[in-house]
Amino acid sequence: MLNRTLAPESLQVNEIKFLEPLAQHLDNGIPVFTINAGKQELVRIEFIFENVNWDASKPLQAVGVSHLINNGTAKLSAKEIADKVDYYGAFLQTEYGADQSSVKLYTLNKHLQSVLPILRSILNESIFPEQELAIFVQNQKQSLQVNLQKNDFLARRQFANSIFGDTPYGSNIDAEDYDALKREDLLNYFKAAYKPENCTVIAAGKFEEAEFAILNSVFGNQWDNTEASVVNKLTFEASPKGELLIERQEAIQSAIRMGALSISRNHPDFPGFQVLNCLLGGYFGSRLMANIREDKGYTYGIGSAVVSLRDAGYFFIATEVGAEVCGNALIEIEKEINLLKTELVSDQELDLVRNYMLGSMLGSLENAFSHADKFKNVYFSGLDHNYYENYITTVKTITSQDLKDLAGKYLNTENFTKVVVGKK
Amino acid sequence: MVDFNRFTLPNGLRVLVHEDDTTPMAVLNILYDVGARDEEQDRTGFAHLFEHLMFGGSVNIPSYDEPLQRVGGENNAFTSNDITNYYITLPAVNLETAFWLESDRMLSLAFSEKSLETQRNVVCEEFKQRYLNQPYGDVWLKLRPLAYKKHPYQWATIGQDLKQIEDAKMEDVKAFFKKHYNPQNAIMVVGGNVKTEDVKALAEKWFAPIPAGDKYERNLPQEPLQTEAHTETVKADVPLNAIYMAFKMPARQDSEYQSFDLMSDILSQGQSSRLYNSLLKEQQLFSDIHAYVTSSIDEGLFVVEGKLVQGVTIEAAEAAIWAELTKLTHQEVTEDEITKVKNKSESIMVFAEMSLLDKAMNLAYYELLGDAAGLNTEIDKYLAVTPERILQAAKNTFVKEQCSTLYYLNAKDA
Repeated sequence: MLNRTLAPESLQVNEIKFLEPLAQHLDNGIPVFTINAGKQELVRIEFIFENVNWDASKPLQAVGVSHLINNGTAKLSAKEIADKVDYYGAFLQTEYGADQSSVKLYTLNKHLQSVLPILRSILNESIFPEQELAIFVQNQKQSLQVNLQKNDFLARRQFANSIFGDTPYGSNIDAEDYDALKREDLLNYFKAAYKPENCTVIAAGKFEEAEFAILNSVFGNQWDNTEASVVNKLTFEASPKGELLIERQEAIQSAIRMGALSISRNHPDFPGFQVLNCLLGGYFGSRLMANIREDKGYTYGIGSAVVSLRDAGYFFIATEVGAEVCGNALIEIEKEINLLKTELVSDQELDLVRNYMLGSMLGSLENAFSHADKFKNVYFSGLDHNYYENYITTVKTITSQDLKDLAGKYLNTENFTKVVVGKK
Repeated sequence: MVDFNRFTLPNGLRVLVHEDDTTPMAVLNILYDVGARDEEQDRTGFAHLFEHLMFGGSVNIPSYDEPLQRVGGENNAFTSNDITNYYITLPAVNLETAFWLESDRMLSLAFSEKSLETQRNVVCEEFKQRYLNQPYGDVWLKLRPLAYKKHPYQWATIGQDLKQIEDAKMEDVKAFFKKHYNPQNAIMVVGGNVKTEDVKALAEKWFAPIPAGDKYERNLPQEPLQTEAHTETVKADVPLNAIYMAFKMPARQDSEYQSFDLMSDILSQGQSSRLYNSLLKEQQLFSDIHAYVTSSIDEGLFVVEGKLVQGVTIEAAEAAIWAELTKLTHQEVTEDEITKVKNKSESIMVFAEMSLLDKAMNLAYYELLGDAAGLNTEIDKYLAVTPERILQAAKNTFVKEQCSTLYYLNAKDA
């Protein structure tokens, strides 16, 4: 007779294989890191450029360039670029991040040769037409107006600005910043940032010698942009403490975001802090979820995260809760953090978190793209794959005393910036 | 190409296995053939609320999530108007835990009052977070009843209002489980680093003892042909005026479905698309404009929606959309345009094969549509679409009397 009350035998994840990339250079020196894996005849190629020349009076320079870089070159109009890329079934994405801007190409291998020259034109000869800039400004301002009515957007923006100030990590963009954006600012930024010395290429998928040769033939020579630039280097003071309420009378839910500046990936405590974060708010069974969603029903979701940027790290907790229970939710969050600082986590709970994190890491290495993403995380933090070995060892061996110590060190709510948008 | 093996247990549970030894992981996906369309008019939102209750412990296992996380697994679920889909990913070595958990909750739930109470609250907060506390959040709560007058697609999966969720009783929960959650009404896909013979043994061990239950016979009211335009105007505290236009279109299994899907791509996929270039870039009437299909199993919707540039009148914006739609009813799309959207569809399908979970979900969905093998021949249906068929699709669809238009306006402007 089948006994359904007994769990089947199970094993802890033992071996996790990370694919390390092949490091090469194009003829002009651009480093290319390749994860060649997978059965599908497709490839993702990312051109990653460090953000440079930060000027707080023009916070949208890099953002604007990233958005508009595929909107017209000396040879091709915005429509022609889109037509060509779409015709080959390829996807071209531009992405602006806190530290880097990237242009990503997804294509089937059979179209690589046809698509790369379009990309070459974009990265070298973009002209940022006035007309395209005007449309961009108009539409971004409209989209900002919509976002400014969302509590979670307001909380995220206010929190970032409180801890990072008017830097690329925390700049409070408003409509005037869009109005102030000039075509010349875009051109200047483009010429300084989109050049070989400032570029790293990460390729993933079916990317073999033939593909490398195509890439080199299109991008391995002299590029047009050569202006001087300085990579952004940011420093931060301790974040301001205390609570900030943005009141919205009509709110039926309140957005809460709280946290502080913290350590980043290259700090030795970082992997341990990730285990602590997981326990607190990093997975569905976390303490915050168990208490505030599953026991009290105050929210649809609550979570916490440790984020590593190039020049800073930070920790935050975020949720949206019923407006009438916002005060209670804040008390419960505080309570959960205090528990971690004062009581040892049970072996049973810690084992669960260890297994969950190992399984989750194993599952996150699904394909060539995810291996490439894992590499980027360490490479751009100045680390290598030893980081992951250390991470796995930490997850397997960290003790409840270590976690309590880490909580005491990094979860001091009296130093947190707490933002509430809605009603309290 | 997504390979699979298939077998059916005596109690009616259909099982598909996709072997993929490039991953150390496994996926167990169970699709229940029940969605919001199967709800009673006065108990809407129930299929989705029920999905939450499926995580509140089963007859022999008090906690669903905890033992799964303990073996390194993760899970989630979603409910649509057509289906409810549950999935687990976990290290393949621990696959049996997934069978243990999923079979027990197919056998019976714990039906705890505490869980019902909490999940009612959680779902009400989800309702507020997604539909009420967001600008334009309630659009689908309004557009569905505008477009459908008889068919249960007239309500959204979250339900018609908070009250019906607050009123859910345990007896309703039990009746819903009995009616829909049995082996005959489910499709299970196991994928990843697994062997078909092992899956078969596990399925027989854990799922075969579950009673077949009664077969649910779906008999939904059909939507009559729409013969007059439906319109509604909402005034709300939103910054921008917006317009939403919905037309009926063929069901997912109709042979013309792919023509409509490609037509929406020609209008709206990417920066080379017609609406983007004509209405957003050239005429600058919209700051945001999209066309898409709902891919519904019964008669679905072809939707065009946009947010207006400030200063543009709603009449001008609406007329401009109609001009683009009318163009499709008069003139065939070009060879370049159709080649482009076909190439794009091909890429999307190849890229989707990179994700084990996507493959498992797709197999389950195509099996529900009639045959999982349809996943591998779907692209041929897209490649067979001609400009002539798209012209015909447009002619049949973009008719003023068959349009449901929702004007969502800034209360201060209007």
